[in-house]
Formats: sequence, structure tokens, C-alpha cells
Amino acid sequence: MTNHTYTPGGESIGRNVPRIDARAKATGETVYAGDLQIPGMTYGKLLRSPYAHARIRSIDTSAAKALPGVVAVLIGEDVLDINPYYGHAIKDRPLIAIDRVRFAGEPVAAVAAESLAIAADAVELIEVEYDPLQTVISIDEALAADAPHLHVTQLLKKGLFHGLGDFNLDPGNVCYHHSFARGDADAVFAGADIVVEGEYTFPGIYQYAMETHTTIASWNPLQDEVQLWSNCQHPFLVRAEIADLFGLPQNNVRITVPWLGGGFGSKSYTKMEPITVALARKARRPVRIANMVDESMVTTRRHGMNAWMRTAARSDGTLLAREVRAWFDTGAYADNGPRVVATGADAAPGPYRWEAVKVDSWGVYTNTSSAGSYRAFGASHLQWAGELQIDQIGRQCGLDGLQIRERNLLTPGEYVRPGGKPLDADLIGDIRQAAANLGWGTPKPDNVGRGLSVGLLAAGAHPVSTAFCRMEADGTVTVYGSSTDMGQGVRTVYTQIMAQELALPVSRIRVIGGDTQITPYDRSTGASRSTTLAGMAVKRAGGELRQQLLDIASREFGLPPDALEIRDAAVWHEDESRSFPDLIKAHFGMVGGELIGRGEVRPEQGSGSYAEGPVFWEVCIGGIELEVDQDTGKVRLLKTASVADVGKAINPDQVEIQEMGGIMQGLGNALWEEMLFDPQTGQLLNSTLFDYHIPTFGDLAVEHASSIVENEDGPGPYGSKGVGEGSLAGAIAAVATALYDAGVTIDQLPATPERIWRAMQKERME
Amino acid sequence: MTTTTRMTETGTITIDATVNGRPVHATIAAQTTLLDFVREELGLRGAKRSCDVQVCGACTMLLDGTPVSSCCTLAWEAQGKAITTIEGLSAHGSLDPIQQAFVDTGAVQCGFCTSGMVLTAKSLLADNPSPSRDDITAYMSGNLCRCTGYWRIIDAIQLAGERMRDKDGGS
Ligand code: FES
Ligand code: FES
Repeated sequence: MTNHTYTPGGESIGRNVPRIDARAKATGETVYAGDLQIPGMTYGKLLRSPYAHARIRSIDTSAAKALPGVVAVLIGEDVLDINPYYGHAIKDRPLIAIDRVRFAGEPVAAVAAESLAIAADAVELIEVEYDPLQTVISIDEALAADAPHLHVTQLLKKGLFHGLGDFNLDPGNVCYHHSFARGDADAVFAGADIVVEGEYTFPGIYQYAMETHTTIASWNPLQDEVQLWSNCQHPFLVRAEIADLFGLPQNNVRITVPWLGGGFGSKSYTKMEPITVALARKARRPVRIANMVDESMVTTRRHGMNAWMRTAARSDGTLLAREVRAWFDTGAYADNGPRVVATGADAAPGPYRWEAVKVDSWGVYTNTSSAGSYRAFGASHLQWAGELQIDQIGRQCGLDGLQIRERNLLTPGEYVRPGGKPLDADLIGDIRQAAANLGWGTPKPDNVGRGLSVGLLAAGAHPVSTAFCRMEADGTVTVYGSSTDMGQGVRTVYTQIMAQELALPVSRIRVIGGDTQITPYDRSTGASRSTTLAGMAVKRAGGELRQQLLDIASREFGLPPDALEIRDAAVWHEDESRSFPDLIKAHFGMVGGELIGRGEVRPEQGSGSYAEGPVFWEVCIGGIELEVDQDTGKVRLLKTASVADVGKAINPDQVEIQEMGGIMQGLGNALWEEMLFDPQTGQLLNSTLFDYHIPTFGDLAVEHASSIVENEDGPGPYGSKGVGEGSLAGAIAAVATALYDAGVTIDQLPATPERIWRAMQKERME
Repeated sequence: MTTTTRMTETGTITIDATVNGRPVHATIAAQTTLLDFVREELGLRGAKRSCDVQVCGACTMLLDGTPVSSCCTLAWEAQGKAITTIEGLSAHGSLDPIQQAFVDTGAVQCGFCTSGMVLTAKSLLADNPSPSRDDITAYMSGNLCRCTGYWRIIDAIQLAGERMRDKDGGS
């Protein structure tokens, strides 16, 4: 465990500083993308394909164009002057359908009009003739030998941010294959006392950020400048893709990011921006495209998955080997599929000491809406299956869920995967805490199950973040960073870090939101990286500014900087002090000027590639107690438990709330949520929130107990590491293990009452 | 105030109502929803559109004190009524106790659900000044939040109830 010394003076770290945005959000004053009014703005509406797979024979837009109030109509042929294919991993997606549609809901035409009502009317007037093609809706269909291919994969180009090794695709519907093996798995399985094996199914899931994807674009034809206001998580990656698509220098593309109404991965990478820019380019007017919920549902989602897994152990409960094969349904376009496939595979063995592992995972194209990132991707898909098998082995050996994990979990410093970062967390301590929070070992009725789960998530993405800060002549500070505040509270955390570094009250600090023309580069907002990496860049910027203050004070006092200290918004030597405004005035010789501090984070060793990473292992702990109705299969949640292993909690309250929110989403994933695609037509059947159940107040457990573990073992500021995703994956898996404890072996999520009832019937028959 | 709605030949209607206590008189397309009327015509953008099908509560407003989903309410249904939006709760510069409790308990994350939550809670506490957790769960089930996991929102409503009771008791 490292010992981090806090900067002298500051008192902001580890305190429940109120969120800087709470008041404006509670009064309704906060401006989100959909609240912006841009002068001259038109309203965009999309015509989306009713077919999951079809050739477009013709599009007649004449009636739409003739409708008064219509400013422009965009179709595929309007973007043939550029290379219209994008995708940060694989450039497989045209920004608007060109000759062919590959999922029901794909944009075929876009209208810009003086009002949304006119745009909607105009969309109705567009006539499209389709020749339907054979569809591949399920993973099995897509992998069949005679399946039609969605793409000519050999011709696809690598995206700007593929980042996952070699890129050459075989013909077929596989967009990515990830595999690794160590030890001789076949031999270990052959000699093992116990082998458990199963097949598992995980559904496609809608992230449901309450604020749908909303983008405003304006194209200035005189200077070929693009301005975007978009609720995106990764503005710099979007900027790069827009510049690449439209052949513009990056500094001609400006992306301003307002406060977001949730993200959860759904607004990561490039989504609605290319089509909005193309429509604005044609309209020569600013245009806003704001999705409705059914449109956001087919803009991105969590991957559905089929998997096979087996685990071997000795009769004393020592785990020996695990073998996994998993197929991820990435839909019609890869989006972030390759990375989901890679992280899913990496997390599949779980954080245990194995003699042998063998893992293969594939990303598969189907004629459904494209799948990308969703909070805790990777760990969510397979942790539950792996943890279920751990408990199945435990039961055969007479070990309970805590005992078998204590015996087999990795300890700090052991390798999670060869060549990557060793384990940087005390998992045994964490799981004991989760067990304690659940009341492990206390008596309970047979129909009540208690389950634990533990997993790891490769967190941090590529470690590149920059930040700067300005101290004005009056001693106030503004922080410039590009991490998107989508509700996780990053701007509050920046405020606390800067206050700590400069010994200022948080009220003296402002944080500017992401704007690629103003705030400096940050790779992305996701993978639990904002506090750890962007926060570190902010800390370094503050540290640089602090050093400048000390240097100025050193001249003024005629003493070396190390004879001075910073506290209470001033530099001190013994009981003599100079305030910051005083020092700035002395430096510039007037009441004016400003000091600028700069901070950056880049890979400390190696290239920062995925294979060498991760930045840290995010701990995914779950603990659930539930009751199963033996007649109906209905679940009643009695208790949820969380353990946030965060190294150092910069704002403990915000850590706890992140955990509670993550658990609620995990319960949704595990028990209720599932996108249903018609097996023939590929249309989304539950495309409204009437039919797609988002957890409500009524779904809460009776009780919740949470803990924060602070071992200061993270790479972030003050020994911190990210939080927010682990509890989601942990909760899904703990539902599976708790159900197992209550006598239900589930192999398909969500665990609906019907599936639970069927599992119970099967068990009773056996 | 007149309570008759007048439909004109052009498919527009005139509406007279109050919004946050101020009289409003407007001529709008007959099919305009209350949400679009308030957001687009009046420029009050604190109410949000999310599900658009009366499930999520992000668009909640009070009509004569009763919460409605303004996405699925036509503006003319507010004829002659008092419309309260989130902007009305802090109109005099200080926060309503419910807003303050949301801030104090950490019930706000992304904030997209918050205006609707606060208004539904306002109506709940008017009906029931000391709601139990079950009361809150039942009353608030038409308001979704994807961020917070709901626990702190329950805390906020109970805290606001307590503070409002203390204040009433003391005066
Ligand atoms: S937007 Fe009106 S209830 Fe969801
Ligand atoms: S705070 Fe984000 S939806 Fe409630």
C-alpha cells in the first residue's frame, strides 16, 4: 500500500462537498442539449427503415421537398462526395443508408424544416421502395454456413481508434475475434475431480439515459467550419471522426458539450453527429436532431450474448481451470463491439488463481440495431456465469460462497493476465466486507437466497488526459478539462481536487465544461477514468500553479520555496503570509495578469495499449439477498450490499450514490430488462417504456448496506481509482448466485418469473 | 377568468391559464401538448421530455396542484387552471424546501429526472406531510430515475417533509 501525502492546507479531499450542479438542476435552470436555441436553427427528423435487411431500389423526395417550410432533404446520394463510412473501431457504417439497409430503424432520409411538425410531415411524404433481403437476426443465424453476409468484411477499413491489435477480417459475419490461453486446459480438465459446465444467454439491453441523443450542428460554408453542440461523452474522439469524414482540419470542428442527462456508455463515441452535420451542410442552416426514446433504443444498446463455459476444480475446492467461448451480437455495425468482446473475454476467467484458462470470444454482425458500450461492459456479460459456476463447485465441496472465494481469489500483486497490470486491490477483504454487509451466516428460510460475487473490469481506457487552470488576479481559479459531466459528478470532483492543491475553498473555483475549442484534450469519458486520469491531470495542473505561487513568494520573501507553505489561500513563512492576489500583483506589477497551470497524463511505461493495461482493475463486488416465490417464480429483493473499492474516496457521498445507481441498473439487467427483436422481421418489439421495464421506486430492495474501502492503492489522485461500473456487474452476478442459493440455477437473463419457475420445475424433475 | 376553450377555424385555440401564478393568454395549434406549450411557446425548459408516453415523469407539471405528464396532456386541458412548473418553485429566489432537500441529500445526479421528481414530491407532501417509505414508493412510481437508484430521493422527500412540518409546527 502506498502512502499518499496530501498537499498542505487543502481540506477538500474525502469530504462530502455538495455537488456544484445540484442547485441549478433542482431549480430546472441547467441547460441540456435539447434546451439550446441556436439562431436560425432548423429541426431535423429522420426517416428510418422498416426493414431489417433490404436493398433500396428508389427514394422519391419530391413531395417532401415541395412541402412549405422544408429546408433540406438528405439521402445517401448527397454524401457521395465524401467517404461517408465511419466507426471508431471499424469504418463499416455509412452516415446515412446508401443503397442498402442493415437494421430496422436505420436512417434512410433526413429532413430539416422550420419546425419539427413540418419535418415530421415531410418524412411521411418520402417514398422509398425496398427489395427485402434475407435477414440474420440471431447469432446462430449469422454464423450459419449459408448466412448472407452483412458486410464485405475483407474490404472494411480499420477505424481511427480500433486499438486492439491486428486487423484483418475473414469473409463472414464476424467483426472481431479475441482469444487467449495459458496452461494446458484439456489436460487439467481431464484430470479434475469436479467439472461444471453450462450454456448461458444474456439479452440486448437499452442503456436508457433519460436524455435521448441530441445533436445540433451548424456548417459555415465560407470557412468550412463545423460547430456541434452534442450530448456526447467523448468530444475529442467525435471531433476526430467528424474531421476525418468531412475532410476538415480538426481545429475547424468545434464540439461543445452541455450537461448531460445521463450517458452510461450510450453517448460514447460517435452517434448522431455525422448525419446531423451532413444535414446541416446540405441545409446551410443549423439543424437539431433530437431522438425520441424508440430512436435512441436503436441507436445503441448493450450486446446480447451466447456463451459456453466450464470450470474445473479439485474436490477440496481449489479452482484449476476455466474454458469459455462467447459470441456477442454487435448488430449491423461494429460500434464499440471489438472492445466489448475483448474486455468480456478478459473478465471471463474471473480474478482467481488458475492453472489453465482458454478463452475465445467473437463479435458477430446481425440485422439488428448496433450495440456498443454500456456501463460495466465486459464484466456484465460473463461475471454472472462464472460466479454461478464457482458456487456450483463450492456446493459440491461443502464450501459456502465466501469460503470458496477466500480460498481462490488472487491477492494484490498477482497477475490477472500475463503482460498486463498485476492486481491492485484486496479482493478477499472486499468480499468479506460484502458478506458482512449481507449478514452472511445468519439463519434464513429455504426460499431466501444470499449471493456474493466478485469480478474485475479492465478500466481507464487509454491513459491520455490533459487539463489546465487559470488563477485570476483576485485569486479565483477556473479549471479547464474535457471530461463530460453526465451525472457522475466529475466537475465537483475537479473542484475538490483543485481546492485541495491550492488550499482554496471550493467556492473560489469554477469548472468549465467540455468544448474542444477551449478545454484541452481528454481521450474519453467512460471506463471509470474521469477521477483517476482526468482528475490526475487536474491535480498536476493545480500543482504546477502552486509551484508558480511558491516561486513568486520565494522571491518576495527572499527565502527558498521549501521554506514556505501554502494554506488558507495564501503562502506562509511561519506566521507571516502573502495572499495569492498579493503575489500575482507583485509578479505583474499591477492588479491584473493571471497564472496558468498545466497538467497531463500519459502512459507511464509502454504505449498505454489495451494489452499492456489496464490503468487499474475496477473491482466488481455484489451482494444480494432475495426471496423466491415457490409457486410463481417471482423474486422479492430483501437486501442489496455494495463495496466500493476506490483506493481513496474524494467525495464519499458521491461514491455511495454511484454504487446505488449501479446496483439498480444491475438489477434491471438481471431481472427485468431485455430488448426483444422479432425473429423474422428484426423489428424491436418493445420499443417504448411501456413495454421495456426500467426499474422504478417499487423495485427497490427492502434494505441496502454499502461500504467504501480505502486502501489508497489506485493510480489516481491521492491513491484513488474509479468507481461506478463495478457495482452494476457485481449486482447481476449476485442475483445469479443468490438465486442458486435459493435453489434456482438460472442460465438465461433476465431471470423473469417464468424463467425462474421453469428452472425450478426442471430441478424438481431431476 | 373564462373557462371556455375557443377552437378557431384554423385549428388553433386560445388558452387562458396561469403559469407559476402569472396569467397567460396564448393562441396555439389545437394539438399542442402542454409540454411543448410550456417549453417552446413560453420558453420554460425545466420540464424534460424523455419517454413521451407517460411512463417516466420527466415532464411532470402540476395542474391545480395535481401532477400530470405534460407530454401526454394537451395544452387546452390546462384551460382555466393553475400550471406550476419547476421554475415556479424557486420564483422568489430561494429554493423550495423540497428542492433544498434534494440538494442536501444527494438526490441529484444528472438532474434530468429532478424537476419532475420535485414536483411530484410537492404534491405528495401536500397530501401527506409525513409519508412512509411505502407511501413514497407508491406515489412516486410514475417518476423514473436511471442514475441515483432512488434511495436518496426517498431520503430527500422525507427530509423535506420533516423540515416543512417543523416549520409549520413552529409558526
Ligand atoms: S416524457 Fe412525459 S412521462 Fe415521460
Ligand atoms: S438524476 Fe439522472 S435520471 Fe435521475
